[in-house]
Amino acid sequence: MPRAQTADAPGSGRVAVAALRRVTKRYPGIVALDAVSLEFHPGEIHVLLGENGAGKSTLVSLLAGMQQPDDGDILIDGVPAAIDSPRRSMDLGIGAVFQRVLLVPSLSVIENLMLGGSWLKPLARTTALRRFEELSTLLGIRIDPHAPVSGLSLGEQQQVEITRALWRDEKLLLLDEPTSMLTPQGVADLGRMMRRLKEQGVALILITHKLLEAYEFGDRISVLRLGRFAGDIGPSRLKAMSEAERTDTVIGLMFGAAGGPSAATDAADAPADTAAAAAIAASDPGREQELALLLGEKLHRANTVDRARPPMLSVHALSTAPDFAETPLRAVSFDLWSGEVLGIAGVDGNGQKHLAEVLAGQRPSWRGRIELAGADITRGGVPERRQRGVRYVTDDRLGEGTVGTFSVATNLVLKEIGSAPCWRRGISDWELIHARAREQIQRNDIRTPSELTPVGKLSGGNVQKVLLARELDADANVAILNKPTYGLDLHNQRLALDRIVAAAGRGVALIVISTDLDELLEISDRIGVMFQGRLAGVVGNDDAALDQIRRLMAGAQA
Amino acid sequence: MTSRGITTSGSTTEGDTAAGFAAALLRVLIPVVLALVAGGLILLALGKDPIGYYGYVLQRSLLRWGGAQETLTRMAPLLLIAAGLIVAFRAGLWNLGGDGQFLLAAVASAALAPALSPWLPRGPNLIVCMLVGSLVGSLWSLIPALLKARYGVNEIITTLMMSFLGTSFANVMIKLVLRDPDTTVPQTRSLPVDDRLPRLFGTTIHCGLLLAILAVVLVHLMMTRTAFGLKLQVLGANRAAAIHAGLRVERLTIGAFALSAGLIGLGGAVEVLGVWGTVRADWNPALGLLVVPLVFLARFNGYAVMGFTLFFSALMVGGESAARRVGVPQHYVLVLVALLLLFLALVEYLDQTRRKS
Repeated sequence: MPRAQTADAPGSGRVAVAALRRVTKRYPGIVALDAVSLEFHPGEIHVLLGENGAGKSTLVSLLAGMQQPDDGDILIDGVPAAIDSPRRSMDLGIGAVFQRVLLVPSLSVIENLMLGGSWLKPLARTTALRRFEELSTLLGIRIDPHAPVSGLSLGEQQQVEITRALWRDEKLLLLDEPTSMLTPQGVADLGRMMRRLKEQGVALILITHKLLEAYEFGDRISVLRLGRFAGDIGPSRLKAMSEAERTDTVIGLMFGAAGGPSAATDAADAPADTAAAAAIAASDPGREQELALLLGEKLHRANTVDRARPPMLSVHALSTAPDFAETPLRAVSFDLWSGEVLGIAGVDGNGQKHLAEVLAGQRPSWRGRIELAGADITRGGVPERRQRGVRYVTDDRLGEGTVGTFSVATNLVLKEIGSAPCWRRGISDWELIHARAREQIQRNDIRTPSELTPVGKLSGGNVQKVLLARELDADANVAILNKPTYGLDLHNQRLALDRIVAAAGRGVALIVISTDLDELLEISDRIGVMFQGRLAGVVGNDDAALDQIRRLMAGAQA
Repeated sequence: MTSRGITTSGSTTEGDTAAGFAAALLRVLIPVVLALVAGGLILLALGKDPIGYYGYVLQRSLLRWGGAQETLTRMAPLLLIAAGLIVAFRAGLWNLGGDGQFLLAAVASAALAPALSPWLPRGPNLIVCMLVGSLVGSLWSLIPALLKARYGVNEIITTLMMSFLGTSFANVMIKLVLRDPDTTVPQTRSLPVDDRLPRLFGTTIHCGLLLAILAVVLVHLMMTRTAFGLKLQVLGANRAAAIHAGLRVERLTIGAFALSAGLIGLGGAVEVLGVWGTVRADWNPALGLLVVPLVFLARFNGYAVMGFTLFFSALMVGGESAARRVGVPQHYVLVLVALLLLFLALVEYLDQTRRKS
């Protein structure tokens, strides 16, 4: 492996591990990458910043061999290489970790890691286990290699993915938004892993939305905007700058240095599908909020919860049956009032999923009691609870939240099939369903060609708008939202949070489960912390909250 | 055979939208033409006359009045089986046990009808026998349905196994219990022609055909216009979403199986009560599995299935005599169906790629 070193200017005599030379990639109606040139050096963490639709993911898929460029060359170790398949990409020493977990859930960790082997060779379990141990030590992680992947938390699954990406001593590691599903602790662990790899001389490409992460981990920051290379900050320049200067530079690059006019022209040129970027440039107030979020500013909301009244939702010592390799709930109790936002923090996989599902009626409770406005609803299933105004926005939007091949209109009524007014005596009134859908699409600004478009064809942000429109309707009393902003770009994160806050303003009692503490601190009245299936504590959202939450997340008692 | 594949692509299935009808028709007609051409080339390679073959098929099965009647009569059980398969397949349940369900229902109604005919007038007798037939079909699907609903056991395996058991059981019943003592060949007591399903307007076509067409239309309307149909479709397209939306997945699974097997059983009853009047031991037309590719060709669309059933039925009726005359094996018809499936998949694939780029 090459020794770790850092150099500032590209082409300083050193051969880059990988380099793009005027690479262009077009999709129907969109130029995803427009003559982009970049170099990735050994021992350097190269951060790629940019909005959704800026071309980051396309760049990753080119290097991973999932797509081929229409123009330009990709150089590996200085030699032009045709990366025409993922296998070829791996052979060239490129490892990739994608936003979505790509593991076989029913197989064990070690079986997943052995999948890439040759067809003819027998599986060498002992060798694989040794390699797993080696990489675990290198990365500083502890996962049981024989545990089925389905039983791991998202964060752990990601660690397995990173292990797999490094399985063959890859010298270039792609990380596509690896922090979006991690807790602060997980992010810190990831940072440590990345630094260790850097010392080994691995070149890392880190894609992120978050500026602070970019400063913290990055040696070099490159910014893409609407498929074009907008500029970069090299290592020595990055070190020399203050945080404010960095932010100014990056924001300038991301949204167009000249601000309004040039950005607006770009947006006019851009097709509707790069909606995020276009929308930012187009609407000024939206952009302000965007920037505020980007810079970590909080939009505190006034606390107007009336706790003198009886609570809307009361949960008493609620437990769930242990399910295969999932953390069950253990005696969770809390009260929730109308108009209140209760944030649920915690490392992923500490019972949050069970909490959401048992409250929604999707999972039976084992012990304990749930009361809604004084009525015992412990026994009811999803339909009964929905009728009483309980709503659940799942984090698995395409897996269970929607039927991808069905139209937006059908997905908007997915939980009301058979009930009035869209169904009378079991007969569907499609005209009414479609008319209501058109109205909801307009009211919630869902960007879709029509109400008949399959929901799977929409972007992630718009799928979430469909779910929020379905769940945060006028009859909602209690809503449980699991990772409502996960995987969304800043614009849509903002919209989702706004909608949650607006629902609280209408008097809905909300439970927001998230691993993003900043977000919880921004919108919650109180924040509860899940640890090993228990509600380790609930703290008021004040200045001391963050420290308390951190201690609770690590397992301290309240 | 998940939600992507042949099943739902190309059109939104959950509502009955007429949009893109012409395109859909074209996507079906092109493969049909290609299959006929390729089939013709195979005949040529065998040194046979393809024009002659297709000509005989057409003449025998559709152009001659007797042949046309035979073709239409042959459609009745095929349509009922297709209706049953559409219900199950749309719900994502691969009921491949049609043969067992069909045959058991046929035997049950064949045994019951002559036994009841002294006591009941013709109409009520036939209705009772058809109901019993579909009930027997439904019951035979209960074990796979329960195993699927409760434990998620793969229904492809269980229905196929139950099908083998069902056909054997039907034979055993004929040979040991229901056998007509007056015949040398083991078979059930024959239902007199006057007691069978009434013929339509002086033709040889029995009214089971109308029943079958009605069943297909009703199934299509149920799937596209009712809450129950939409629930089944949600279950078929995304089981996790069905659970998430609070659908009673166990009940839906059992209900879909019962309806599916009931319709297939009705097909068996209609075939016996309308055409044969008796079931011989070792008789197994194995229509259940033959209809599966037709239902896929029609993309689970009830109206399209009628066209394909007519096509297939004509091939079956005409193919036999045409094969004899031209001198190709009788099973050449199946080669055509296979080619049709192949080209349909190919056209589908090309269409998808074209739309993407």
